[in-house]
Amino acid sequence: MLKDLLKETLWSLTGNKIRSSLTMLGIVIGIASVIAMVAIGQGAQNSIASSIESIGSNLIIIMPGAASGSGISQGRGSAETLTMEDVSAISTQVPDIKAVAPEVSRSYQLTAGGNNTKTQVVGTLPTYTEVRNIEVDLGSFFSEQQVQSSAKVAVLGPTARDDLFGADANPVGQAVRVNGISFNVVGVTASKGGSGFNNPDDYVYIPITTDQHYLSGNNYVSDISAAATSADTISAAQQEVTDLLLSRHKITDPTQADFSILNQADIISTASSVTGTFTILLASIAGISLLVGGIGIMNMMLTTVTERTREIGLRKAVGIRKIYINLQFLAEAVVLTFLGGFIGIILGWLASMLASKFLSLNTSVSISSVLLAFGVSAGIGIIFGFYPARRAAALSPIEALRYE
Amino acid sequence: MIECQNLVKAYINGDVETQALKGVSFKIDEGEFVAIIGPSGSGKSTLMHILGALDTPTSGKYFLDGSEVSSLDDDELSDIRRNKIGFVFQSFNLLPRTTVLRNVMLPLLYSETSEDERNARALECLKYAGMDERRINNLSNQLSGGQMQRVAIARSLINNPAIILADEPTGNLDTKTSHVVMKTFQDLNAKGHTIILITHEEEIANFAKRVILIRDGLIESDKRK
Repeated sequence: MLKDLLKETLWSLTGNKIRSSLTMLGIVIGIASVIAMVAIGQGAQNSIASSIESIGSNLIIIMPGAASGSGISQGRGSAETLTMEDVSAISTQVPDIKAVAPEVSRSYQLTAGGNNTKTQVVGTLPTYTEVRNIEVDLGSFFSEQQVQSSAKVAVLGPTARDDLFGADANPVGQAVRVNGISFNVVGVTASKGGSGFNNPDDYVYIPITTDQHYLSGNNYVSDISAAATSADTISAAQQEVTDLLLSRHKITDPTQADFSILNQADIISTASSVTGTFTILLASIAGISLLVGGIGIMNMMLTTVTERTREIGLRKAVGIRKIYINLQFLAEAVVLTFLGGFIGIILGWLASMLASKFLSLNTSVSISSVLLAFGVSAGIGIIFGFYPARRAAALSPIEALRYE
Repeated sequence: MIECQNLVKAYINGDVETQALKGVSFKIDEGEFVAIIGPSGSGKSTLMHILGALDTPTSGKYFLDGSEVSSLDDDELSDIRRNKIGFVFQSFNLLPRTTVLRNVMLPLLYSETSEDERNARALECLKYAGMDERRINNLSNQLSGGQMQRVAIARSLINNPAIILADEPTGNLDTKTSHVVMKTFQDLNAKGHTIILITHEEEIANFAKRVILIRDGLIESDKRK
């Protein structure tokens, strides 16, 4: 009996290949699109999260406030209110901060041999490597002595190195000119894999004292990065730094502060709300594809059963019991939806693999999206394949046979 | 073997009740060849549906082999149709895009009969119905009308039923083929099958040994040759 059921199901599905494959197509597309969309959305989220992680851990960034004269604001970060004295005060007086690195950064045209490039030159301290998770690939980062003596030494990011000396060259010991001043290259940092604006791989690092003497010409810093002792102390550290700077700058009203502080948790939460919106967008598109796919499946199943009402009538007329007719249609719907679902899952997975490869997103296919997509399509397929057939099998064979 | 007592079948369409059968009683014995004739709308198809256990009467009693059929449920009616009655329809009602052999074996689905026995019985029935053996693997839609009706007859024989019910079996066939098909029924009758034929053509009814004329839901005449 089970063998008969399987044979009838197979015969029925292979007997009308176009009908079967169209029904399956709806299921395949519905499932594949949901899986791929959700995977790409999550990939985007992961890649944003990991690029935020790469800027440092437990990071607090202190930026100067807005400069304003005659009521015209120059924008946040434009004022010159943070000094090297603030930096040493933070590093000595705030116990929850384990390292502080000031930055003076500006972009310059750099030349080396016949090559030149415009990039961001960052004047800082050796602690920068600790605060920003920088690793050195070739040579070494500059030392505390070189900061003390305002040595004209530079550490290149890998992208800057590639632009100036050629890909994968070892420039240690060679000279690079910044604003007409010759610097001796002492090291190359390891790639952090960033891209776009503010790519840390395209930075050139020099001692902050050298930057202040030869390039910026003053004692101010563009911003200060500080690393808290642990993830739990970030908020406390942020508060301590705020209090310290307020008292050093002799400001009593915190709303009038001439600096602002961002911590990494804030950046991550902002970014994840952005990627969250993005994921909702993709999920809505996926949901709509699922709905459209579902309607396709429903139509196909309904048309099929209506078309086959005469066949159902004949089966009943020759004495096949209702239950076997129901079982056969159920089995057909199950085989179609499972086969289509399986192909859809494979295709969705392939699509997200391709997205990983060509969009440099680290996509991940989530089990929940697979289950949701499969559940909805299979549910629709089975309900609309089985329910009308059940109704047709309950008709008297005469009515079913006469059905047009 | 068939006994009908005062069969009434009423259809309700909205508020209007139409009686297709208004009280029909007769008996058919084993081995008879009966033609039920009448103009369209006379109730002969309704009668045939009740005799074939495809439908149940509104009132009255229908005994088949001594057991009452009129009060059975859906599954019990299915079992009666499978085991005791073979159907031949006007429009053949073969499964489309399906081989001749598979069509004939359809009523054996979900039964305990083994694969080999099903094949053997189908071949035997096809031979019995006068079907060319070389065509058993042809698809049903590649056959002529006469061949399709032979396949349908073979299908009706597969469970070796006591009664063969044929509803206008020649309605879609030309005269020559009709006569061949009617000869087949005469042969089956000669081999002991009870045959009940529904038709509106007098010429076709003449192949039978007994003719029941129905008009307006009542039996008008019942003649034996």
